[in-house]
Amino acid sequence: MIISEQKSREELLESIEDKNRLFLVGCAACATACKSGGEEEVFRMQEWLISVGREVTGSVIIDEACHIMRAGRDLRRHRDQVEEADALLVMTCGAGIQSISSSSEKRVIGALDTLFLGNIRRLGQYEEKCSLCGECILNETAGICPVTNCAKGLLNGPCGGMEEGKCEANREIDCAWSLIFDRLEKQQRRGVFARRVPPKNWGKTGKPGRHKIR
Amino acid sequence: MSRLARQLAEHQFTVTAEIAPPKGVDVRSALEHARSLKGVAAINVTDNQGANMRMSPMALAALLVREGVEPILQMTCRDRNRMALQSDLLGAAALGIENLLILSGDHVRFGDHPESRAVFDLDSVQFLEVVRKMEAGRDLAGRLLQGAPSFFAGAAVTPAAEPFELMFRKYRKKVDAGARFFQTQAFFDAEKLKRFMDEASSLGVPVMAGVLLVKSAGAARFINEHIPGVRVPDGIIGRLEKTVEPLEEGVAIARELVAAARDCCQGVHLMTLGHEDRIPDLLKG
Repeated sequence: MIISEQKSREELLESIEDKNRLFLVGCAACATACKSGGEEEVFRMQEWLISVGREVTGSVIIDEACHIMRAGRDLRRHRDQVEEADALLVMTCGAGIQSISSSSEKRVIGALDTLFLGNIRRLGQYEEKCSLCGECILNETAGICPVTNCAKGLLNGPCGGMEEGKCEANREIDCAWSLIFDRLEKQQRRGVFARRVPPKNWGKTGKPGRHKIR
Repeated sequence: MSRLARQLAEHQFTVTAEIAPPKGVDVRSALEHARSLKGVAAINVTDNQGANMRMSPMALAALLVREGVEPILQMTCRDRNRMALQSDLLGAAALGIENLLILSGDHVRFGDHPESRAVFDLDSVQFLEVVRKMEAGRDLAGRLLQGAPSFFAGAAVTPAAEPFELMFRKYRKKVDAGARFFQTQAFFDAEKLKRFMDEASSLGVPVMAGVLLVKSAGAARFINEHIPGVRVPDGIIGRLEKTVEPLEEGVAIARELVAAARDCCQGVHLMTLGHEDRIPDLLKG
């Protein structure tokens, strides 16, 4: 799921500027799960806005804010409250914010920072495992992604900063290449060490990404 | 053929040292340092070392060429994508730079621009292959070059790294990708260096052992905290603590390491951190 967290209240106040009436948008999917833009957070945001002298004209939790059509439909259902507002305060990931901004002429204020595509370790603890790079090498690396888990995204083995199997950039965490090596050894495979991996084709993730199921 | 390439080909015990480009445009002190380095085959010019922004090493290396001092241009994959690296290779060749040291590059979090976006479009293995491709007259995209460069490209290795077998697989990839010499990270354990060389020598690529002059126990602790891939062991720190003349003890330690390298390596790469005048002392005996 998409991991996001709320911007600081100071930053939010700056973004809200002199807008007095706000309509709040949350998301029932990822932002609810990682407690940045679900029902509870929207409610707390509303209380805080009132405490700093703002008026909340209404709110909606969209099922999946990344669904452009659905986001537009849900906004239309609250047309009166949206119309009353000076701006929409959107508590969804960056994708959701843009569903909203493409569905309304109103000023849209994003309340979250979007961090990464995350796996859930346990409630409230998330880990990035995949960077959506468009060219998956996992079959050769024993199911551990070096593009994401290696601090430098190296494709041909560890850097010179690996120490006792730990990462140069953070000695608290295991070197991704050490993990890959261990697992390949256990599986008695050479995997990615059997060849020199050529430079990655970053053209596969040309921005902005587009995909159509044929 | 560069002097470095010739000396290594002739199996001479080869000595290199290094200088860092200035943070600013005043190159006088860097050039002064370079001129004062006697008895070395070539001088590494570091590339935003430790991820600290400094003058382009290609500019300083070109100034060294003009002075008649042979540089080894360090190039990391951290700050430039494949296009910039290739155009710099062509530029370096045009400026008369022959020796290269191809590196991944220290992570940006260690440096003075920790918020910058690290590139790593290529890794060191891929970059070595790019060098070889360009020497054969084509760029990475397969396009023909108008005049191919000719380099003597080397790479780095950390002989004491664990797991050993994993480190060695990367080493082998670098050899296969065309590394023609190696300079090691600073080593302190002669046994570990020997263990590495027992495996590495069969691959036939000359290895120059990295020797770091540690001037005090405080400096050792700083290095352990801030320099990735270098670990000064407690035994060495203890020796530096016990003595009343730590610099002299540091010189003695470095001299012992050079002696150990003589037994199994083709040379030494000296990192003297401002004490370049002590290089003759390190090489004694």
